[in-house]
Amino acid sequence: VLEESRRAVVRDSLGVGLAVGAYGVAFGAASVAAGLSVLQTGLLSLRAFTGGTQFAVVGVVSGGGTLATALGGGLQRFVAAQGTIDESTAMAVARRDPAHARVAFWWTFTAIYVCWNATTLAGAVGARALGDPAKFGLDAVVPRGRVNLRIAAGAALVALALIPVTPPGVPVLAAAAAVLLAGRLR
Amino acid sequence: VNLWVLVLATAGGCYALKFAGYLVPARLLDAPQVRRLVELLPVALLAALVVVETVASGRHLEWDVPRLAGFGAGAVAVWRRAPFLAVVVIAGVVAAAVRQI
Repeated sequence: VLEESRRAVVRDSLGVGLAVGAYGVAFGAASVAAGLSVLQTGLLSLRAFTGGTQFAVVGVVSGGGTLATALGGGLQRFVAAQGTIDESTAMAVARRDPAHARVAFWWTFTAIYVCWNATTLAGAVGARALGDPAKFGLDAVVPRGRVNLRIAAGAALVALALIPVTPPGVPVLAAAAAVLLAGRLR
Repeated sequence: VNLWVLVLATAGGCYALKFAGYLVPARLLDAPQVRRLVELLPVALLAALVVVETVASGRHLEWDVPRLAGFGAGAVAVWRRAPFLAVVVIAGVVAAAVRQI
């Protein structure tokens, strides 16, 4: 039974890797279009490797003792830090069993790392041929998770109201702050 | 040369930020208030991000029909508990199909 559920974790992790990897094409193309070289683009994907860095930090924190403990200390931690992105963290913290959390983290990290860098290279090299990422529906790919719907709806409304009146980036941060504040006061 | 500085600084900064998360003491993270906060924070951030990515174009609201259709299809798929990969493919295919019309 344990082996069966472990396989399910691996399958989910590979699925996330493939799905997220698809973005890499768009990133590679956009990066080259913005004036970076293919080498610079590839280095960004290899070394920076963050799916929205602000979430990665939140992700590590939200993993809390659980994730840090599950991933162990020492040298392993230095590699784990590189692999700590939204997706690997989300897949890991969703598991109650520490062994499954570990499997989910490393498989998701590896799958995304391989796919993301391969597709970045493909996108950077084939930038001219690709054209508009929107044509492939890549702009409509949405995150998924088990959510507190009231919190989500509140944040969505605040962000919607702030889009016309604040610079880009502010609506997301302000929405999170406002909703958390409301949650505390209640 | 400037671009290289930017690329290397981004890479270094991102790694430092991620590693910093592992240096926070576990005791601090296990405090009930902190736990509740970090449980809700990603939900609020991601919900706001989905809205911004779906309807914002800079500082303007842009009701792009194909993108909204893709979002709607993805939302229904999530609601029907479709597997992750199916959700992504459904949202992408619907958005692309509507854009071709």
